[in-house]
Amino acid sequence: MVAGIFFYIFAIFLIASAVLVISARNPVYAVFFLILAFFNATGLFILLGAEFLAMLLLMVYVGAVMVLFLFVVMMIDIDFKELSKGFLQYAPVGTLIGLIILAEIIMVVGGFVVDAEMIKTAAVPIPNVDEISNLKAFGLLLYGEYVFFIEMAGLILLIALIGAVVLTLKTTGKAHRQNIAEQVARTPETAIEMVSVKSGQAFSKNDTIKMNKRN
Amino acid sequence: MQIELGHYLILAGTLFTVGIFGIFLNRKNVIIILMSVELMLLAVNLNFVAFSAYMNDMFGQIFTLFILTVAAAEAAIGLAILVVFFRSKGSINVEDINSMKG
Repeated sequence: MVAGIFFYIFAIFLIASAVLVISARNPVYAVFFLILAFFNATGLFILLGAEFLAMLLLMVYVGAVMVLFLFVVMMIDIDFKELSKGFLQYAPVGTLIGLIILAEIIMVVGGFVVDAEMIKTAAVPIPNVDEISNLKAFGLLLYGEYVFFIEMAGLILLIALIGAVVLTLKTTGKAHRQNIAEQVARTPETAIEMVSVKSGQAFSKNDTIKMNKRN
Repeated sequence: MQIELGHYLILAGTLFTVGIFGIFLNRKNVIIILMSVELMLLAVNLNFVAFSAYMNDMFGQIFTLFILTVAAAEAAIGLAILVVFFRSKGSINVEDINSMKG
């Protein structure tokens, strides 16, 4: 009963915030509504017993991906009103196609019922929560049977990281890079210079210029 | 008020449709299109977890984890491309992207 009420609360908020994501004129608001949508999805995941995935959704999406979106939205300087011109131009055809897809999805899956035979054929049955928690069951599977896949996932993330850096790295030529050959070729004669500073006087400008010429 | 699998499937279907509708509605703004794609991926994840819970199979949740990984990578690369494109063109209008040929 309580779970049912919470399902409807989360579901209504999820759909409402999703609609606001696509209809908000200001992209910053859209990002915030997307964060709200992910929070509600987290609630649904917890209702379904996938606690680890719920926390992962919070950390990875709300904590990382949405902050990245927010950074990019605030970083690029764009007149978003210009972009939202002709906003409703494609609404009729979009509504039509959306309604057709929604009707098809509901017709296909709406009456889906899991029969008892299908549950017996589960590839990896969910263990009893009282004995093995969701997190432990996850860990046992990920680092046991599916260890190759999590390595591949790590590799994908590494490639994404390198790709993002390579794409956005701008070489301006201002950076001071280390030139090893130059460093090795230095001798005491080129590196050290004896300057006799008169007593009571600071290191004068002339001496500095002389030093620069040497180098 | 028993919540069945069908409830979750219809919810996820609605969410997926909202994502598709978002792509139609915001055809010019790449950022909103990326967010719509995130919404669609969330709907797919919800489907996987719902099936996993109701069919008592842990693999649905494992698969969701990998979808999450790929979605995070996709968002990072997509936004990086967006930033590079904005640097060179000064715009993120989808209609300007057709000048990238070859």
